[in-house]
Amino acid sequence: MTESSVRDKAPATTPDIVAMAERYPEPQEKPTYWRSRTRSLLKHAGLIAFGLVMLYPLLWMIASSFKPDAIIFREPGLWPTDVTLENYTEGWNALLHPFSHYLLNSAIIVAGSLVGNLVACSMAAYAFARLEFRGRGLWFAIMLMSIMLPIHVIIVPQYILFSELNWINTFLPLIVPKLLATDAFFIFLMVQFFRGIPRELDEAARLDGCGHFRIYFRIMLPLSLPALATTAIFTFIWTWNDFFSQLIFLTRPDMYTVPVALRTFIDATSESSWGSLFAMSIVSLIPIFLVFLFGQKYLVKGIATTGIK
Amino acid sequence: MSVVSELRSVRRPKGKRRPSALHKGDGKAAIFFLGPWFLGLILITAGPMAASAYLSFTDYSLLEAPNWIGLDNYTRMFEDPRLINSLKVTFMYVLISVPLQLAAALALALVLDRGLRGLAIYRSVYYLPSLLGGSVAIALLWRQVFGADGLVNAVLAWFGIEGEGWVSHPDYALGTLMILNIWTFGAPMIIFLAGLRQIPQMYYEAASIDGASKWRQFTSITIPLLTPIIFFNLVLQLINAFQTFTQAYVVSGGTGGPADSTMFYTLYLYQKGFASLDMGYASAMAWLLLAIVAGMTAVNFLVSKYWVFYND
Repeated sequence: MTESSVRDKAPATTPDIVAMAERYPEPQEKPTYWRSRTRSLLKHAGLIAFGLVMLYPLLWMIASSFKPDAIIFREPGLWPTDVTLENYTEGWNALLHPFSHYLLNSAIIVAGSLVGNLVACSMAAYAFARLEFRGRGLWFAIMLMSIMLPIHVIIVPQYILFSELNWINTFLPLIVPKLLATDAFFIFLMVQFFRGIPRELDEAARLDGCGHFRIYFRIMLPLSLPALATTAIFTFIWTWNDFFSQLIFLTRPDMYTVPVALRTFIDATSESSWGSLFAMSIVSLIPIFLVFLFGQKYLVKGIATTGIK
Repeated sequence: MSVVSELRSVRRPKGKRRPSALHKGDGKAAIFFLGPWFLGLILITAGPMAASAYLSFTDYSLLEAPNWIGLDNYTRMFEDPRLINSLKVTFMYVLISVPLQLAAALALALVLDRGLRGLAIYRSVYYLPSLLGGSVAIALLWRQVFGADGLVNAVLAWFGIEGEGWVSHPDYALGTLMILNIWTFGAPMIIFLAGLRQIPQMYYEAASIDGASKWRQFTSITIPLLTPIIFFNLVLQLINAFQTFTQAYVVSGGTGGPADSTMFYTLYLYQKGFASLDMGYASAMAWLLLAIVAGMTAVNFLVSKYWVFYND
């Protein structure tokens, strides 16, 4: 239990696990030196071997993307005997549009979703965390339940609605809902974070005559950069990987995003061109990998405290 | 800690209200701050939910106006062998791969816990598949790895074993998807790691002073104190796994084949709604899905009383 959440009268089940971890020091084991040394070596060897097996398909895909098609399947090993960039140049132009076209489409949707989730979700979170209004508990419960609602329950009428609006084959069905804070998960994440910010800060500002918008914009948001970063990272990854709704709302090839375009590789090219398929798969994973590399801290914290995937 | 525990606590009586002078005008501000969310709730979530409930009693095909047909869609579902098969496939997938995935996550978390050198690196390596697992690229890779002349068979060939075309064999295709799900154990593993760190070290110290063995400490301290986390992971992963779509769609090339062996419930729903434009039926299917997911979660919560240990 952190101090601030006690003050906040928040439910007793919301400790900040990561903060708690800091408080308990690592144990000091003292068996005989060599025994523990061997055990630890074995353990590391096992963990490394396991990690390699897990990542092997991925590493193999990377290696294969530099091999000519003819030898991909004869070589389960990683080191290419014959290195070529042909897969990349061919894959880039294998579909109706150059691959950059699909990358751009995905980027537009990601950018729109980022703006939506960061602005709309943090606004709603401010209301739930700081404002007193009638029915707050009820609305909050509704918001929580909407997180667990399977998208399939609403996808059919959504499709009908968006086709009535002539929005099919535009990016609007994928962006507008985010501007309306439908990714309620992030509202929850930010409510949790806002609750940890001492109330004295904004109450003092309030007494000095500061309005809610300024408190939200000048106090809460700057203090919530970690939560905003976590939101941004997960929004990026989920939107970039999203397939289901993009498959449904984007049916015209020039509107295809990266995942939808990748899928058409199988129909468009013969089975023998795995090389270019792998090459473009890797191109599609690079942004995720970069986010993973630079956003790890927030990813791990975000998952640990809220349990997202 | 989570949506789950938050929902548990919504019913609890709230603490005293704050002095009201500070909250004058909060109502108006709430309208401003909650405006976008509320609009979204009505237009994007609640409205379509109501519409989908209505459509489930019609034979809507997008081309003509919906026709009221009463419970026909629902009775049709129980006579639709493909739907019943898709339920079987999905349940098999969920009930086998989720426990295995969580077991892997817990086992690795236990190994990684307690001041292991290089913990951060291992954690990252094991977590990476969770981030990538839902992507089309990885599903395509899986299609190749478990294909007739794929990576798995190349490795088996070293041992002189001639493997099947795993993704194109009705007995094994679903298994390859289960492996894909188990492969993404990294996210629950991180949640377990965080949970393990929450267990006060002094419990273990006290136990070892009293002469409790490592195994005894594990069964009497670690597991009971970890049950809320196990429960949380279980609820979350079950809900997620039941809605799996991308992997099945891509690995089977959109068909759910071979022989409907990877025809997941959501894939069949997609085919009905968006390929055959049988949108009334798809809506009814969506409500059955919601009922199953909600039922599964409710049962989970009920049963949790008997095995989940809350320290508060």
